[in-house]
This record gives sequence, structure tokens and C-alpha cells, in this order.
Amino acid sequence: MEDRAAPTGIDPPVFRVRGLSKLYRTGEIEVQALRGVDFQARTGEFIVILGPSGSGKSTFLNIVGGLDTATSGDVWFMDHELTRGGDAALTRYRRDHVGFVFQFYNLVPSLTARENVRLVTEIARRPMAPEEALAMVGLSDRMDHFPAQLSGGEQQRVAIARAIAKRPEVLLCDEPTGALDSHTGVKVLEALTDVNAAVGATTLVITHNVAIREIAHRVVRFANGTILSDEVNATRKAPAEVSW
Amino acid sequence: MTLSPLRLKLLRDLRRLWAQALAIALVMAAGVATLVLGVGAHASLDRTRAAYYAENRFADLFADVTRAPCSLSVRIAAIDGVLAVQTRIARLALTRIDGMAEPGNAMLISSPGDDPAALNRLHLRLGRMPDPRASAEAVISEGFATAHALGPGDRFTVIMNGRARDILISGVALSPEYIYALGPGDMMPDERRFGIVWMSDKALAAAYDLEGAFSNVALKLAPGASEAAVIARLDDLLAPYGGTGAYGRKDQLSHAFLDAELQQLRGMSRVLPPIFLLVAAFLVNMTLARLVALEREQIGLLKAIGYGPLAIAGHYVEFVLAIAAFGIAIGFVAGAWLGAGLATLYARFFHFPFLIFSRDPSVYGIAALITLGAAVAGAANAVRSVAWLPPAVAMQPPAPVRYRRLFGDLFEAARFLRQSGVMVARHLLRWPLRTGASILGVALAGSVLVGSQWSSGSIDRMIDIAFFRSDRQDAMITFGEERPMAALHAAARLPGVMAAEPFRAVAARIGNGHVSRRVALMGKPEGDAELSRILGTDERPMSMPEDGVILSEALARILGVGIGDQVEVALLGGDRRHFTTPVSGISLGYLGLGAATSLEALGRMTGERGRVSGVHLALDPVRQADFFVTARKTPMTGFLSLLKVSLAKFRETLAENILIMVTVYTILGAIIAVGVVYNFARIALSEQGRELASLRVLGFTRAEVARILYAELAVVVLIAQPLGWLIGYGFAHAVVAAFSSELYRIPLVITRDVYATASLIVITSAIGSALLIRRRINRLDMIEVLKTRE
Repeated sequence: MEDRAAPTGIDPPVFRVRGLSKLYRTGEIEVQALRGVDFQARTGEFIVILGPSGSGKSTFLNIVGGLDTATSGDVWFMDHELTRGGDAALTRYRRDHVGFVFQFYNLVPSLTARENVRLVTEIARRPMAPEEALAMVGLSDRMDHFPAQLSGGEQQRVAIARAIAKRPEVLLCDEPTGALDSHTGVKVLEALTDVNAAVGATTLVITHNVAIREIAHRVVRFANGTILSDEVNATRKAPAEVSW
Repeated sequence: MTLSPLRLKLLRDLRRLWAQALAIALVMAAGVATLVLGVGAHASLDRTRAAYYAENRFADLFADVTRAPCSLSVRIAAIDGVLAVQTRIARLALTRIDGMAEPGNAMLISSPGDDPAALNRLHLRLGRMPDPRASAEAVISEGFATAHALGPGDRFTVIMNGRARDILISGVALSPEYIYALGPGDMMPDERRFGIVWMSDKALAAAYDLEGAFSNVALKLAPGASEAAVIARLDDLLAPYGGTGAYGRKDQLSHAFLDAELQQLRGMSRVLPPIFLLVAAFLVNMTLARLVALEREQIGLLKAIGYGPLAIAGHYVEFVLAIAAFGIAIGFVAGAWLGAGLATLYARFFHFPFLIFSRDPSVYGIAALITLGAAVAGAANAVRSVAWLPPAVAMQPPAPVRYRRLFGDLFEAARFLRQSGVMVARHLLRWPLRTGASILGVALAGSVLVGSQWSSGSIDRMIDIAFFRSDRQDAMITFGEERPMAALHAAARLPGVMAAEPFRAVAARIGNGHVSRRVALMGKPEGDAELSRILGTDERPMSMPEDGVILSEALARILGVGIGDQVEVALLGGDRRHFTTPVSGISLGYLGLGAATSLEALGRMTGERGRVSGVHLALDPVRQADFFVTARKTPMTGFLSLLKVSLAKFRETLAENILIMVTVYTILGAIIAVGVVYNFARIALSEQGRELASLRVLGFTRAEVARILYAELAVVVLIAQPLGWLIGYGFAHAVVAAFSSELYRIPLVITRDVYATASLIVITSAIGSALLIRRRINRLDMIEVLKTRE
């Protein structure tokens, strides 16, 4: 695939995670979701995180995305220590640096595609034009449609456009193709790799769809709250070349 | 015993939603309580009065004469339809009481004694009846006794026929004839200045030179007897002795005022509580429907595991019934308690010797039924749309809402509007019916506040018109009998009198065709009066006509006449002449029915010119004490009214009665407002929680997210205000219409502060609710929304 070279060890790490643990306590039940995870990601890396349900991958993504707090360990984003910040600092972090893409799109149904993107660009520090973001995901002709008038794949691409319009340093995607069929899923993955290449945002994609691992620079496998393996793909495939 | 899973779910749902359930229950309770309290208080007083009248043999007909021989009573008793006759001596007198500078007034009446067959029997509260042989013993009315801290064994002075007499109080009593103790010519009761004094007939006869004679007669009629026929016969019999026309209970002062008060209470209780109850029912219906609609997925799940639609519908109906039962129970207890309190208050104000509480089960039944009906209908409506869907469909979220651009690209054009603003606008406009219902709900909450608080403006206006623009005199002397014009000049020379205006009052029956009313036809000086003025409907003082009569608006309406029409006038005193005269003007008046003309014209009508019944006086405040001393000694003074003194007392009494009632209704209205707004806020949060949590994920701060929800609430609450005022005005109008009687007409004046107060309460409860849900906004679970579909 034509894309810029995989980030090298010279690039500074975007994320530095050390000894990350998360313990959920609901009543008398304790669940150890993460057990001392160490992790790093560099600028522009496209990382696929695999793992079965309950392996801790979503908890990991939530903590590095500033949606949840750790029980112990450190998480650094550039020079911000996320594990030290309160709600306001985490909100600031999400607002300025993180783009999210979710399995269920989470679009605002009362806003059109363009307006959903504008929702974010209005509060971002150095946003791109909503139209530009939508063009990057190939939705220039559907900008004034409401979510209910778009297909699932189109809705997910709007969500991607919304995530990248703020020019985030990191793009976090939790099962972005989970609710989509293979054909539509490929289109969404294309959008993700395209914007990764164009914007240079470090991209973390959670999936339990093994086929997707081939489009990544790196594949991280979670199991039982720890990282089982962390492999660099020697060769990446284009999304169009994978199927499931 | 183990509860079924659905029952357990019910209990846990109630615990989970306790705050909302409580708010809804309180709204219901407020609705139920108003009905129970309003109807209960009115029914209690109505029944109390009926029982009091029956027990104390309150008469049906009354008539005054100058002096009629006692032997006439046999002929009166012989009139067809007359069951019992009681002849008495009744005279007005001035009193002198320690610690009171101004003279007081007393109505001296022959004591009915202990005779069980007597009419208008007294209800002794303290002491005993006056000894028939003692000439200086009396029983006095309780209000008067309380006002002066007088009791059996105490003494006070009555000026009888110009001579001061020391009276020993033998007892304190209540009378069905003076439940509402209003002095003649007074506009409001003032117990300090007016008391009833019952003395032995013999003592009164001796004092007033009426041995073997009477000056007042009361009759009890046989059931089914024609009042009009008896009045006609009685008037014929009494005419030669100076009769001024017999009258029934309808024209008896105490009864008429009590009727008017009861009618007002009925107005309050028949109009306001149903409005409250229906408003509460509407709100409960709407709130529960939205609450149940939020349970869609759970309903789908229940269906999937095999519960039938009826079982599910039953479950949710039970849920609302539990809330309703709680609300109704609170409403019953609060309503019964408040109703009893209100009835006690009124009973004290009206001097009832006892109070019969009315606990009409049908009122409770109606209140419960309406509330339950509204609650169940709300739940059924919401369940119906879900319970019959196939479970797979029901478990899915409802189809995505199709928004569309409204009003073209208005929002697009409005660049200043942020996307969050667009969200709010589209959300509100997407469901115009639901938004409309929310606005209506908040508006109704505000309207019940306007509807229950309006009275202060109206009362202020009545007082302003009556005391500062028409009757501006400081004092009014009513002579014991009509006097020549020279009496005016004598009065004008009393110390401290700055201005004096004569008046003459003649009892008359004014009619048109078969409709007629007994009124005091007033004669006033020609030209511009300064003290007692008649105001036109434009509120400008009217000049007295050279010919014809000015009728008050209400009388003109009852008679169905306008300016230029002829009315028939029958004078009830003197030579009882009949004539027709044109209506020369229509006047403004809120109290009683009135008719007026010039003294000159009245002189021609009666055939006796140059006579006056009394004078209106302006007093020099510095020399008031001199005036009081001299006025008390002047034999012409039959009755002295002090308007400004009475006014202060009136406002005080009003504060104790209407204001307490208004306060009760206002508190209940406020409960409704708070309950409604809080529920709206909670439901809006439930409906939009997911969207708001998503925005938090995108980096919106807690404050920004809260602002979106608050903006929506604010739009609804603000739009609701003017609508609430409008509806509230309608409610107040309905209450005023129900209030109005021939005695009182209440102008509907809603001052700005009433609207402001209503809005303040609603907006405050909205802000309070917003703060209460702020905690929940802060706790929105961002991770949950990412994991689940809607």
C-alpha cells in the first residue's frame, strides 16, 4: 500500500503507559480489568488492538482516551500525565487532542453530517473546515443529510470526520466496524487509514476482528488484563485487500 | 410470602425513581387536597349555618315599624302561611366604653329569653339571660364582648333616648340574626364599634316610650308558604304604623352577607379546585406517559421472556397506581386537615356556636377517581404503543428520529447560533406536540398561581374605589329618624367638622316588569359632592339628576334597563306611593345594589321636601376627640360610622381570611409548579442522557453539556410564562364570576406583581430542579453510552 513509512523509533512517543492497572468494584464483586500494562505509541502509528471480550482492551482505550481513570500506574500523553488530571483536565485533553470513533457512531440525530462535525470544530483550537473533514471521508455530497438519512457506513464515516476535524494527535476507535457488514466496514477502514496518513494522528483501533490486523503498523493483543503480544507488521495490506 | 418478579421490579422501580414519584404524588396530592378542602370547607359552613338556623329558630321574615300596638300580633299571626310571630323593640343607640374615644353603636333588641318557642333564640356563651324585671341588665354579642374584654358582671354605658344608662352585663351570646354583625349603613363589620345588646322588653319599652307597642316583628313561615304573599299582607297591616316594608332572609343583612361570603367560598371551592385537580391530572398523565415510554426496552425484554401485553400493561398500571394511591392519600389527609382549619377559621369569623364538619365521601371519591383515571390513562397510553409490538421490535430502540430542517435554513443563516443551540431548537421543534404539552404544563403550573393570587389587586381596587374615590368622608351620622335640613347645619357646627354633606335614604322597591329589588334610594345634594360621591362607569363623579334615578350597574343589569328606560318605584315607607321614573344614569359599585337621585328629586318623589336622614362629615384629625364627645351628646346622632377606622379593621379581617385561603392555594399551586418542572427536567435528562454523554466524550465540559439541557428547559419555561398568565387570567375570571353576588361584585384586577410572583415561583422551581439534576448530569456515564446502542 502506498503510504508513508512506518514511524521509526526516532519519533517521540505520543503515549507512555507504565504499570497501568484498573480494578472495578461493584458492591462486593471486584474485577481486575487491567493488570500492570506497559505500552508506548509513536506519532502517526496505526495500531490495531485485538483481544476477546473482557480482555481489558476497551478499559485500556478508555483510560488513554481520558474517559476513565486508572487505579494505579502512569499514563502520559506527550508531556501531560493523564493519571494525575481531574475531570476538568481530562475534558480539556479529550477536547484538544483526542478524536473518538465508536461502534454505534454516537452522532447527534438532530444535527446534519456537517453540523455534527461543526459541533466539534466549534470547540476545537485549530480545526479544519467541516467540509474538508467530510471530503476526506468521501461524504462531500451527503453533508446536509441527517443521521437517519445515512447508511450505517456513512454514519460511521461522519463520526470519523467529526473525530479528525479537530486535527487530533490521537484517534481512538472502539470497534468502528463492529456494527457494519464487511463491504461497508472496508470503506470505514479506508477512511481511517487515509486520515491517519493525511493527518498523521496516532490511531488506536480496537477490534476483535482478526482480519483487520493486517492493515496496521503494529498489532497489540490483550488477554486477561495484560498485553499478550506486541508485533510490528512487516508489510501492511490496504483495507480493500482484507475481508471477513 | 415471596413477591412475583414483576412486583419486585415495581418496588425497586419506585425506589429508583423515588424523587420523581414523590414529585408526581405531590402534584396529585395538591389537586386532591384543593378539592377536599374547598368543597369540605364550604359544605361544613353551609351545614353549620342550616343547623344553627334550625336550632335557634331563625325567622323567615322581618319588618320594622315606628310604633305598632302589641295587639296587632294576633292579626299578623292570622295571616295565611305564618307559623310564629315574635314582636320586639329594636332601637339603635350610642355606647360609651372605657378606653374608646369614639362613640360606639349598639343595636338594642328585646331579649327572646329562654322561651323555646321564641324566634331568633340566643345561644348563650356565658352568664344568663337578663332578668325580665331588671331594667338595666343585658346580654351582649360575643364579638362586641371580646373586642372590649367585657363579660358577665361588667358594666358599660348606653345612651338610650338621649339618656346615659349604666348597663350590667348578665351574659354573652350569639344570635343567628347577627352571624355577620354589620351596623346599618356600615360597609363592613367592626365589632369594636358595633354590638348587639339584648335587654328585657319591659326595660326597652320604658326607655323608648313603647309600652304595649313594638317596633320590629319577625315571622316564621309555614313550609311552602308564599313569602311574597305574606309580605304583601304584612305590609298592609303595618303601613298605618310606619312600616317600612317587610323583607325576607334574602334582604336580612347578616344572612345576605353570609350568603355572599358562602357564595365566594363556593366560587373558590367550585372553580379553583376542579381547575387544580384537572391541571394536576393533565400533568400526571403527561409525566407518567413519558416516564413509561422510557421503559421501552424493558417492556420488550419482558415480552421476549414471555409476559403477555396485558401482564405488562398491568405492571405499569400498578406502577402508576402505587404513585397515585400515595398522592391521593396525602391529598386526603392534607385536604381534610386544611379544610377543617379553614372551616374553623370561618366559623370564628362568622360567630357560629358550633361547627359541623362535612366529610362528604362523594368528594373524596370524585377526587380519587379523577386522579386515578388520569394516572392510569397516562400509563396506558404509553404502554399501549409498546406492549403490542413484537418483542424483537420492542427491544430495539425506536426507529431513529428523522429530523428535518425547519423553516428552511433559518438556523444555517443564524451563524451566531452554535450547534448546541441548533440541537436545542431542532429537538424542541421536532416534537411540536410534546414541546407544546411541556409548555402547556409549565404554563398551567403558573396559571394556578395566578388564579389563586389574583384577589389582592381586586380588593385594593374595591377599597380604592369605595373609600378613596366615592365615599371619602371620615364619618357618617345617621339620624334616629328623618330630620329637617336644619340638622345639616347643626351637624356642620359640631367641633372638628370641616365639611358636611346631607343625604337621605328611603326604602324602596325598584322594578321593571316582574323583576324588582329592595334598595335604599339615596338622595344626595345637587352639584359636585366632595365627600360621598357616586361614580360613573368611567369612574368620574356623577352629578345628581334633577329628575329620574341613577342605578348601579348591577341593579340596571338585574332589571334589564338602560339609560332612558323607565323603572317602577314603590316607596316602602311614608304613604307608600308608586310611580315610574326614567333611569338617568348608570353608576359604578361593587358593594350591594344602589339607586340614587338628587335630594330635590327625592323630595318630589316622596312628597316631603327638605328632609335628611344623616350627614357625611370631613373631620379635622386634630379635633376628632372634641367631635366624638359632642357627637355622643347630640340627641340627633342615631348611629355613627367611622369609615377610615372601619377600613383598617376590614383590611385586618381580610388578611385573616382571604389571605389565609389564598396562601393555602398558593402553596398548593407552588407544589404543582415544582413537581411539574422537576419532572420535566428529569425526563428531559433521561431522554437526552445518551446524547449528552456522547458530547462529554467529545470533550464538552460538564457545564457545556448542562447548558444544552438547561437551554431547552429555559425555552420551555420562558415561553410558558405569558401563556401561564393568560390561562391564569382566565381562571381568575372564572373564580370572579363565581364570586359575584348581588351583594358583592368583584372587579378583576390582576396586578403585575401577581404575574411576577407566579413567574418567580415557577422560574425558581425550574432553577431548583436544574440544580437538582446537575448532579446527575455530572455523573453521566460516558463509557456506558459507547458500549450500548440507544
